[in-house]
Amino acid sequence: MVKEFEKAGFPVVHMCNLVPVSTTVGANRIVPTISIPYPLGDPNTSPEEQWKLRYHRVGVALDALATPVTEQTVFKVKY
Amino acid sequence: MKKVICYLNQFFGGVGGEDKADIEPYIVEGVVGPSMAINGALKDAEVTHTIVCGDNFMGSNTEEAVSRIMEMLKGKEFDFFVAGPAFRAGRYGVACGTICKAVQEKLGVPAVTSMNEENPGVEMFKGDVVIFKGGDGAAKMRKDVPKMIGYVNKVLAGEQTLGADAEGYFPRGIRHEIYLEDKRENTAAYRGVQMLLKKIRGEEYKTELVIPKKETVPVADAIKDLGSSVIALVTTGGIVPIANPDRIQSASATRWGRYDISDMDRLDAGKFKTIHAGFDPAAANADPNVIVPVDAMRAYEREGKIGRLHPYFYSTVGTGTTEAEASRMAIEMIPYLKEDGVNGVIVGST
Repeated sequence: MVKEFEKAGFPVVHMCNLVPVSTTVGANRIVPTISIPYPLGDPNTSPEEQWKLRYHRVGVALDALATPVTEQTVFKVKY
Repeated sequence: MKKVICYLNQFFGGVGGEDKADIEPYIVEGVVGPSMAINGALKDAEVTHTIVCGDNFMGSNTEEAVSRIMEMLKGKEFDFFVAGPAFRAGRYGVACGTICKAVQEKLGVPAVTSMNEENPGVEMFKGDVVIFKGGDGAAKMRKDVPKMIGYVNKVLAGEQTLGADAEGYFPRGIRHEIYLEDKRENTAAYRGVQMLLKKIRGEEYKTELVIPKKETVPVADAIKDLGSSVIALVTTGGIVPIANPDRIQSASATRWGRYDISDMDRLDAGKFKTIHAGFDPAAANADPNVIVPVDAMRAYEREGKIGRLHPYFYSTVGTGTTEAEASRMAIEMIPYLKEDGVNGVIVGST
């Protein structure tokens, strides 16, 4: 899906847990998430921590869309 | 008697379904589930141990999982390592490939697995590991196990194996030297010229050196002015309105939906849920924003980091879904994105 969107000219950021899979399939902008059942907020942590993590990683994803890249890039996250 | 150790996920290891996908690896003596069938198909060899590990644990803590399993295998004598079959189960396939590769590299023991061609594990590991071409689901166990174990038996008996196509595994891109009868028609020069003549005549010819290619797409240009951009959210995590109005399938999806979020600050539990059959839905049902982060997008919209969030999110289920279906669904979504002047897309996967 990522590749079809990109072919149509949309910059796409893939937010996923299994980064090697995304790289193999061919996503160009990748932001890691923390797990499969809860990519953007671990229910074992407090709502504040979940929000902090989600807000941060979505922010990284938005910045990724505005970052020129020339090859497949995995963007770094802080939390 | 030669010795074989098997690897299974939590489901085939009999621990449980998605709610047990976080379990940490452990090793038992003897056979469990499919390793029983593997044991039955082995000649002059037996399964001495079976390792079981949750797919999510392996997926999210790969290094930790691999190092713990290596620790378990340390000091155990075994001649072959067999993982799976994983069929079309993506995380399981990636886990099988990961552990087979580690066993080969770190312990020097040959390893083999089996999965369906649609499994992402094939593309990731076929160059490193012998991966047999498997069926799409567990109903094919009876076919997939003998195919894979037939090869193991040959290798353990020291018999000559015939290469990827003849044995039924995905080509690894490795060329073996074989001796042909010493005559002119067998020389490389003769074979090369014959191929060239066929090519010139427009006839079919088969190259002896296949160059594998990875299909990539050119990187789309970055958004120049994020502050005035329109961003859309797409998920393969199966988040839908609670009644699942588009009847999107829980696995091997062919349908997708677009859902209006224009008057929502977040996705509320009870109004949205996940119908994805490939993971424990508890966390996503309790807070669907962990998969489709509408709340975070609204915050960035208020702050002016983006112009606005596209008024719909798009959803399908990514487990067992073929690449062909995924392409088609994305192509079907594109006109809606264009119509609203979307500048960039966040695709979230589970």
